Amino acid sequence: MAQATLPPEVLDDAKARRYSADAAGLGRLRAGAFVAPALALISLFLVFPALWVLYLGLSNYRLTGAAAAAPQSVGFDNFVKALTDPEFWNSTWLTFEFVLGSAVIGQVVLGFLLAWIMRDRTGPLKRIVEGLVILAWILPSAVVSFLWVALLDRDDGTLNTLLHSQDFAPLLDHPMLSIIVFNTWRGAAFSMMLYGAALGNVPPSHLESARLAGASGWQQLRDVVFPHIRGHVLTNLLLISLWTFNDFTPFLLTAGGPDGKTEVLAVHVYQVALQGGELGYGAAVSTVILLINLVVAVFYLRLLRSKK
Amino acid sequence: MSAIELRGLTKVYPGGVKALDSLDLAIPDGEFFALLGPSGCGKTTLLRTIAGLETATGGAVVIGDRDVTGLQPGARDIAMVFQDYALFPHMNVTDNIAYPLRIKKVGKAARQQKAAEVGARLGLEQLMDRRPGQLSGGQQQRVALARVMATQAQAFLFDEPLSNLDARLRLEARTFLKKLQHELGVTTVFVTHDQAEALAMADRMAVMESGHIRQIGTPAEVFQRPANTFVAGFIGSTPMNLLDGVVRGDTLEVSGCKLAVPQSAEGLLHDGEKIVYGVRPEYNVYSAGPVDGSLGGNVSIVENLGASYLVTLDVNGVLVQAVVPEGHEPLIGDEGYALPRRDRALIYRDGELVPA
Ligand SMILES: Nc1ncnc2c1ncn2[C@@H]1O[C@H](COP(=O)(O)OP(=O)(O)OP(=O)(O)O)[C@@H](O)[C@H]1O
Ligand SMILES: [Mg+2]
Repeated sequence: MAQATLPPEVLDDAKARRYSADAAGLGRLRAGAFVAPALALISLFLVFPALWVLYLGLSNYRLTGAAAAAPQSVGFDNFVKALTDPEFWNSTWLTFEFVLGSAVIGQVVLGFLLAWIMRDRTGPLKRIVEGLVILAWILPSAVVSFLWVALLDRDDGTLNTLLHSQDFAPLLDHPMLSIIVFNTWRGAAFSMMLYGAALGNVPPSHLESARLAGASGWQQLRDVVFPHIRGHVLTNLLLISLWTFNDFTPFLLTAGGPDGKTEVLAVHVYQVALQGGELGYGAAVSTVILLINLVVAVFYLRLLRSKK
Repeated sequence: MSAIELRGLTKVYPGGVKALDSLDLAIPDGEFFALLGPSGCGKTTLLRTIAGLETATGGAVVIGDRDVTGLQPGARDIAMVFQDYALFPHMNVTDNIAYPLRIKKVGKAARQQKAAEVGARLGLEQLMDRRPGQLSGGQQQRVALARVMATQAQAFLFDEPLSNLDARLRLEARTFLKKLQHELGVTTVFVTHDQAEALAMADRMAVMESGHIRQIGTPAEVFQRPANTFVAGFIGSTPMNLLDGVVRGDTLEVSGCKLAVPQSAEGLLHDGEKIVYGVRPEYNVYSAGPVDGSLGGNVSIVENLGASYLVTLDVNGVLVQAVVPEGHEPLIGDEGYALPRRDRALIYRDGELVPA
């Protein structure tokens, strides 16, 4: 911008470079002053804790006892311990099941189906369905967890009261399935809204041209809709996979039980670090989780980029 | 290849807009039929109802000898070119052309051969591996045509397929499309709001107004003898002069001037009745000096049409237009006289042509 107002002969190379680095024409100092508060907050709440976790992971820091007062560096012992601990691998596997079942399959499929069914509809039915789905998403975790426990509980649960039975106890008998269904229900709204917006971008004439050719509903999805929303699907998968991977809400339903059957990684970290008091070890597990998250993110971003 | 027949076709959109009002239309096998009308008159709706993309509220659509009113679009055996061409951006030209065949489960080799054949016919040989995003508007239009041709449908429907092309390409595409349709001999319904396009291309045409057909005929019939004042005012590159008048014995009184009764209406008018006198500016002979039976007044506007001028006369407060060859154009304020050709002027009674 600034260059355009100056005669070209005034601008030698060095000046041009300086102007392009300082697009707003504020000068570095003042520009820096504008972003400083934001940078300070980000450092305080994001960068510092992340570095602190890296540091803790290399120590034997505990919640209580001597190691709490004077933590010692233990090198990579915590990481070795984590990677050789069958409980850690069990949790990783459970997390994988949870993400695959509730996010990649549950939320994506349910969210897309809702968006697809509602795409041409207007009026009260659409508003009611959308309202209910979004309600499940925006209510606080503590509230919805309590509602689900109240519904499914074996002793005084609503479901058993309605069935006049005492033995329907999904949280005990099928704990993983329970949290998958719960999380699908809870998170479908995001996918529904994202796909709703994406479907609005599919040109109606493309769908109609497929219909005229005689394409079935499935063929229209495959040949017209999916190629148009492929980028949206990947973005959606990336976001909900990571959110679900780090989700702690299952703890509120099952507390990781029964018998560790729903101890996903987020819950596992809580158990070892805060229940078991091994903050150093918990920090190391957190670091591993972070790395897994990075791998997942890079995988999706690669896919997204390969589209272009 | 089949005839198309519409019987009492009605379409009411949710919300109460009556886009088609019990419309009857018969298009014989192999005809190139144009639908013309002002924006919002229901042309697209008519086409989409034939295609089955809109369900008819009443009436019937018959293609060939099948009543297809209740059938899905895919079962009607018709093909359509959309205004935006609706080419699939992720498929190359070959796959786009072959798509309807793929849906019909034609084998891969067979459908690719068919696509290559049709593509070659439309001059697309060099482009078969490109995606639609890598084609110009005119090329995309030909791909859309090729896709329609490859289906070998009973009838083609085109919704303003030329409106996305620039003026020059449009002229080329017009000639090309007409030639192609005559070679293929497939019944084609063509929507346009460009009357020059309709006049140039169609075997027959219909002029629509708010859900009704106001006239059906060959372009020559519609241009020379518009059946009513609506069509008269709509058709023609410069609108027809439509002047209120009264019959006085065996002459007409039109805005203070005495005119002869046009040949077509001779002996059909009654003394004292009110009529509308219609004459195209092209059929008004202009002269600078007074002439018997002409419309005289002062020149108020002179517009350049290229090889001729459109001169607007103020005849006792009524505007009358005449086309004047170049080199003879008057100056604003001059006195001028427009003499309508008796063999071309028309009389409308209650908005309808006399004789009907
Ligand atoms: N989906 C719809 N819902 C309600 N009304 C509609 C719908 N589509 C069209 N209409 C109305 O029906 C009438 C006819 O519309 P149509 O699209 O057939 O006009 P058209 O002749 O194709 O016009 P244009 O030359 O502008 O394309 C218009 O009044 C329009 O507002
Ligand atoms: Mg239209």
